[in-house]
Amino acid sequence: MLNYTIRRLLFAIPVLLFISFIIFLILDLAPSDPTGNLPLTIPPEVREKIRQSLGLGEPMYWRYLMWCKQFFINEPLNIWDQWMGTCSFNCEDRLRVVSYVTRSPVVDLIVERLPQTLWVVGMSYVVGILIAIPIGVISAYRQYSWFDQAGTFVSMVGFSVPPFFSGVLVIVIFSVQLGWFPSIYDTTLKVVDWDTFVLQLKQMVLPVMVLALQTTAQISRFMRASMLDNLNMDYVRTARAKGMKERTVLLVHVLRNSLIPVVTVIALGVPSVFGGAIITEQVFKVNGIGQLLIIGIQGGDAPLVQTLTFIFAVLIVLANLIADILYGILDPRIRYD
Amino acid sequence: MFDLTTKARTLIRVRGLKMYFPIHAGIFRRHVGDVKAVDDVSFDIYEGETLGLVGESGCGKSTCGRAILRLYDITAGSIQIDGQEIGDLPQAKLRSLRPAMQMVFQDPQASLNPRLTVEGIIGEPLLEHTSMSRAERKARVHELMDAVGLNRSFSDRYPHEFSGGQRQRIGIARALALNPKFIVCDEPIAALDVSIQAQVVNLLEDLQKKFGLTYLFISHDLSMVRHIADRVAVMYLGKVVELAPEEALYSDPLHPYTRALLSAVPEPDPDLTIEDRIILKGDVPSPANPPAGCNFCTRCPAVMDICKREDPEFREVLPGRFVACHRYNEPDENENETAA
Repeated sequence: MLNYTIRRLLFAIPVLLFISFIIFLILDLAPSDPTGNLPLTIPPEVREKIRQSLGLGEPMYWRYLMWCKQFFINEPLNIWDQWMGTCSFNCEDRLRVVSYVTRSPVVDLIVERLPQTLWVVGMSYVVGILIAIPIGVISAYRQYSWFDQAGTFVSMVGFSVPPFFSGVLVIVIFSVQLGWFPSIYDTTLKVVDWDTFVLQLKQMVLPVMVLALQTTAQISRFMRASMLDNLNMDYVRTARAKGMKERTVLLVHVLRNSLIPVVTVIALGVPSVFGGAIITEQVFKVNGIGQLLIIGIQGGDAPLVQTLTFIFAVLIVLANLIADILYGILDPRIRYD
Repeated sequence: MFDLTTKARTLIRVRGLKMYFPIHAGIFRRHVGDVKAVDDVSFDIYEGETLGLVGESGCGKSTCGRAILRLYDITAGSIQIDGQEIGDLPQAKLRSLRPAMQMVFQDPQASLNPRLTVEGIIGEPLLEHTSMSRAERKARVHELMDAVGLNRSFSDRYPHEFSGGQRQRIGIARALALNPKFIVCDEPIAALDVSIQAQVVNLLEDLQKKFGLTYLFISHDLSMVRHIADRVAVMYLGKVVELAPEEALYSDPLHPYTRALLSAVPEPDPDLTIEDRIILKGDVPSPANPPAGCNFCTRCPAVMDICKREDPEFREVLPGRFVACHRYNEPDENENETAA
C-alpha cells in the first residue's frame, strides 16, 4: 500500500505540472485585462506602463517559469521562514506570487479567506452527509414506501434547484418574512462568548442549509442505490439464516458493505469544500475562497486565479488518491500491490 | 446410514406448504397473479435421515428449502420442527429457533460477507445466540474449522482468498456453529468441480454421522442424490410428484416424470447405450399459469383424460412410497395392490 501511494504521488508530479501549464495557457489566452477596471481617465500610455510593471511585457514562457519559481520555491521557503522565524536565502528580495489587483501576496489572501469557507462549506458537507446516510439507508430498506418517495422528491429538488434560487428563497422566507436568521454572513464577528457563538451559528444556518441540500441529494441517492445492491445479496440471506437481529443484518452486513462506494464518493467531494461555493458564498456575502476566485476572474487577476485553480487541481488529485486508498482499506478484496 | 426398518421419529413435518410470489403489473402495479413456486407440498423428514429433493431448474426446490426454514414468509401451510409449529411465527420469534435449523447455500462465494474474516463469519452466530467469551468463541471457531477440514491458521483470511471448495467448507462450518438438528443443503455442490463435489459430499456424510444431523439435500444431480440420500422426493412445477426410499425410486420409479428424469441420467459406458430413453416434449409450463388438472399433463407420455381435469392426490400407494398420479389411484385393483 505504501509503495502504491508513493508511486501514485510521484506520477502526480508531472500531471500537476502539466495542469498548471494548461491553466496558465488558458488564462493567457483570455482577453481580460488587469487594467480594465481602472478609471477611464487614465491615458493609454499610463495603462501600458502599468502592464509593463506587472511583468506582462515578458514572453509567455518566461512568465510561466517565473510563476513556477515563485510558487514552488519561494512560497514554501516563505512559509518555512514564517514558522521558524528565520530568514534564509536573502528573504528580503524573494519575490512572492502577488495579486495584480490588491498587490498583496496571493497565499496571504487565501489564508485569510480559508477559515470562512471551511466553516460554512465544510460544515454543510458534514451536515449533508449526516442527513444523507440515514435517508439513503431507510429509503432502500423501505423501497417505494412514502418515506422513499419523499426522499426521492427532496433529492430531485436538491439536484435541480440551483443555489442562486434556493439561496434567495431561504433568505426571503427565513430572514425577510420570519426574521429568524441574518441574510448576510458577517466575517468580522469574533466568537468570544456564548452570545457571539449563538450569533455565529445563526448566520451559518442559511448558507449551510442551502449547500447541505445539494450534498444530501447527491449522497443519499448513492447510499440508496448501494444499499439496494447489497440488500439482495446472498450473504444477507446467510446473515438472516444465522438468526441475526434485523438491526445487525442491516447495520453490520448491508450498511458496511454499502458504504464502500459511498465513502469514495465522499472523499472525491472534499476538494469542492476547499474550492468554496462560488454562488452560495456570493449570495450570502461569505468572503470565502469561492468569492475570491470570482473577484480574481472579474479583475483579470491572472496570478490569483492561476494559484487558486492550481491548488484545486492538487486537492482533486490528492482526493482521488485518498479515495483509492480508502477503497483498498475498506474492501479486503482490493489490494494494490 | 439411516435404517428404514426402525421407525424413526419425525423431525420435520411439512403440510400443505405454499409459497406464491405475487406478480404486479400495469401503471398502478396491481396484483395480477402469482408465481406458484411451491404449491401444496407435504412430506415428513425423519430424524437422522437425508431426504434428497430433486427436480429440474425452476421447479421450486430451492424455494421449498428456504420456505421450510422460513427465510420467506410462506403463503400457506404448516411446518413443524421437532413438534414446534413455525409456519406462522413472526420473524422476530423465529430468531431464537434459528440455531436448530441451518442452511448451506448454493453459491459459496456470494453467500459469505466479503468484508468479514472467516472467524467473523463462523463466530457471528455464536456472538448472537450464546454468551461465550472472546476466547471461547475463538476456540469454538477453531474446533469447527477442524471439523470441516480447514486449516486453523486461515481464520483471519477473507472469503475471496479461498477456493470454491474451501468456501463451501466455511459455509458448512458456519451452519454447524450452533449445533443444529436440521440442515437444508441447497445445491451445496452445484458450484464446485466434480473432484471437490465428492469431498464436500463425503464431509457432509461424516458430519451427519458425527453430530446426528438431519439433511434436506437439494440437488439436480441425480447420481449424487442417490449416493447421499435415504429417501428422495421428486419435484415438478412446484409440487412433489413422488417420494420414495432411494433404492425403490431408482430401481422402480412410479411417476412418469420420475421415469423420464431417471432415463435422462448419462450412462458412462458407451456399450450400454440406453435404448428406451424417455424424451419429454415441449417446455415446462409457467409456474404463474400452471395447467388445469395434473401439472405434468402437458408433457406426460402416459396422459389420460382425467389428468387434464383433476389434480391427482399425493398419496401412499405402497408402504413408504408416495406418488401423485392418477394411474395409481383410479382402478380398484391398484387399491388392492396397495393393501397387499
